[in-house]
Amino acid sequence: MVNRGDVKPKNKQMSNLVYKYMRPEHLPHIWCPGCGNGIIMRDVAQAIENLGLSRNNTIIVSGIGCSSRAAGYLDFNTIHTTHGRAIAFATGIKLANPSLEVIVIAGDGDISAIGGNHLIHAARRNIGITVVVMNNNIYGMTGGQYSPTTPKGAFGTTAPYGNLDRSFDIAGLAYGAGASFSARGSAYHVQQTINIIQEGIRHDGFSLIDVASVCPTYFGRKNKSGSAVDMLKWQRDNMIPAEKAEKMSPEELKGKLVLGILHQTQYTEFTYAYERLIKRLYEEREANE
Amino acid sequence: MGDVVLMQGNEACVEGALAAGMRLYAGYPITPSTEIAELSALRLPQEGGKFIQMEDEIASIACAIGASVAGVKSMTATSGPGFSLKQENLGYAVLAEIPLVVVDVQRMGPSTGMPTSPSQGDMMMARWGTHGDHPIIAICPSSVKETYDLTIRAFNLSEKYRTPVLLMMDELVGHLREGMELPDKEDITIVDRPTVKYPDPKRLPYHMKKGQLVPEMAPFGMGQRYNITGLIHDESGFPTNSIEEAEKMMNRLMHKISDNYEKIKDYVTENLEDADVVIFCYGGTARAAQTAMEMAREKGLKVGIFRPRTVWPFPEKELEELSRKVKRIVVAEHNYGQMLLEVQRVVKNNCIVGFVGKWNGGVITPQEILAKIEEA
Repeated sequence: MVNRGDVKPKNKQMSNLVYKYMRPEHLPHIWCPGCGNGIIMRDVAQAIENLGLSRNNTIIVSGIGCSSRAAGYLDFNTIHTTHGRAIAFATGIKLANPSLEVIVIAGDGDISAIGGNHLIHAARRNIGITVVVMNNNIYGMTGGQYSPTTPKGAFGTTAPYGNLDRSFDIAGLAYGAGASFSARGSAYHVQQTINIIQEGIRHDGFSLIDVASVCPTYFGRKNKSGSAVDMLKWQRDNMIPAEKAEKMSPEELKGKLVLGILHQTQYTEFTYAYERLIKRLYEEREANE
Repeated sequence: MGDVVLMQGNEACVEGALAAGMRLYAGYPITPSTEIAELSALRLPQEGGKFIQMEDEIASIACAIGASVAGVKSMTATSGPGFSLKQENLGYAVLAEIPLVVVDVQRMGPSTGMPTSPSQGDMMMARWGTHGDHPIIAICPSSVKETYDLTIRAFNLSEKYRTPVLLMMDELVGHLREGMELPDKEDITIVDRPTVKYPDPKRLPYHMKKGQLVPEMAPFGMGQRYNITGLIHDESGFPTNSIEEAEKMMNRLMHKISDNYEKIKDYVTENLEDADVVIFCYGGTARAAQTAMEMAREKGLKVGIFRPRTVWPFPEKELEELSRKVKRIVVAEHNYGQMLLEVQRVVKNNCIVGFVGKWNGGVITPQEILAKIEEA
C-alpha cells in the first residue's frame, strides 16, 4: 500500500482517474489485450468521480474470476471474496454500516451461476448495493468454459460441439427477482455506461448494471468473432437504446441487446427499514419506562 | 449475584453472544440450531443490532464475515449440513483474519441424517473441514451456563486472535433447559479486536511488529483504505505468488494459535488425584460421564474426568501427562470415534484407551460408560 500523495502520474498518458482512484503500483492489470474489463473498471471510476463519492466511504467487493481483479486495482476499501459470494459479503458490510457506499464488481459466471441465489435474493430484499457485472459470456480465468450467458450454440472449451444451454439475460433476471433498478451498458458505449452506473449508484435500493464486456482471447477465438475491435463494433451495431427498443417488435429485437435503464422503481431500501425497526423498538421501550 | 433464569442451551448462546457484543447475526433455519436464529431475530434489534435471514448457509457466513469487516461483531449458527456448506468461507475468514463466531449445534449424520437426534459427529470437520492447512479454535460447552460463558469466550478469542472460532454445541446441550445464574455485566470480560487507532495510509494492514502475530486492520469505512483477499497475500494485503511470502504468512497463521496455546487451552478435571481410570468427554456427553463417575465412585472405583472445553487446539500436553499417571482412559463421545483418534495419537502406549461411542442417534447412558470402566 502506498500513500496516494506519494504517487505521481508517470507520464501525461496516465489518466487522472488512474492517479486518483486506482493503485498504480498494482498496474498494469492482468487482463488480456483487448479485454473489455479495463474499460468497465474505468467507467466505474469515472462514475464515482462524477458523483464525488468519498474514497474512504466507498467499498468495492468482488468475487472470483477475471472481473474480481478490479477490486485490487481500485483504491478504496476493497475486498476480494470467494467465488459467487460477493453480494452476500456486501450485504453484511452494508447492513453493518449503511452509511457506506457498497459496489460489487462481478463476472457473469460469478454472479449468475455460482452466485445466482445471492443475486436474486439481494434484488428481492432491495438492499442498497450496486452490482456492476462484467459480462464477457465465458469463464475467462479458467480458460474459456461456457457460462450462463454464453449464447446457445456458441463454443467454449466445455462446449466443443456448441452450447446446448439457453443463456441468461442477467438484467432481466434481476428485474424478475424484484430489483428496483436494472440496466445494461457495454464496453463500447462508454459515456452511456458511465451515466447508467452513476444512476445505479445514486439509486436508493438494489441496482444491477449488466455491462457487456468482450473476451477476444477465449470467447472471440472459440467463436471466430474477430478481433477485440470487431467485437466492440458488434456492440456498436447491435445494441439498441432502451427508448428506441420500446417501439420495436420482439422480432426486430432478436439478436440485439437493449442498452440503458431497463427498469427503475422505488420501494423501501432494506437497511433503512431495519434502522427504522430499531428506532421503533427503542421508542416503544422509552414510552413504557 | 445476578438473576437466576431458566434457559435453553440455544438461548444461552444468544444471550452470551449479546453480552459479548454481537450486533449482527446472519443465519438460515436448520434443526437443531433454529432457536439461535429465532431469538437473535427477537433480541438483536432491541439491542440496536441486526438480524438477517439469508437465502442459504453460504450466504449466512459470508454476510457475517462482511459485517465483521465493517467492524461489527457477528455470528452465524447452523447444524451439520449447513456446517458443511460454510466450510469454504470459514477458511476465508481464517486466511483473511476476520473475527467471527460460527456455532454448530451438531445432529446425527451424515447427510440429512437424523435432524433431531444428538451427535458429536462434526468434531473432525471442525478441525479439517475447510480446505488447506489452517489453525482452528473450537469450543464445546456441556451445560446451559457453560454455553453462555463459552459463547462470550468464543467471541473474545475470535477478537483477540482475529480468527473464526467454532462453538461446537450438540443437540443435547442446545435443547437442554436448566436454571442458570446470569452474571452481572461488570463481571463479564469483553475483548475487542486489535485495530489501528487512527487511519494511517502508510501502514500496511498485515504488517507485524517484532513478535506480533495478530494484524491490526481497520474496520472498513474508518478511513484506512486497503485490500482484503482470500489469496495468499503479503503484508500489504495484496496477492503474492512468492513461496517465501506464502511460507511466512502460513507460519504466522499457525503460530498465532500454537504460540498462544497456554492462553487458549481450557479444560476441566475432576477427581484426578487418585484416579486409575479417567473418562475423556466433552459437550453433552459429559452429563452421562459425570453420573458414571459418581456411580463408579460409589462402588469404590477410582474414576476421574478429563473434559476439554477447548477441543481445538487439543489439550495434548495435559492429556499426555495424565496418561502417564493412570491405567486407562475411556473416551466417551457421540460418534464412531473422532476425538478418540486424537486421544490415541497423544496417549500412544502410556495407558490403555477404551471407547464408548454412539452413532445411531441415541444417547450414551451412564451405565454404558460404567460398564466400560468395569471391563478391565
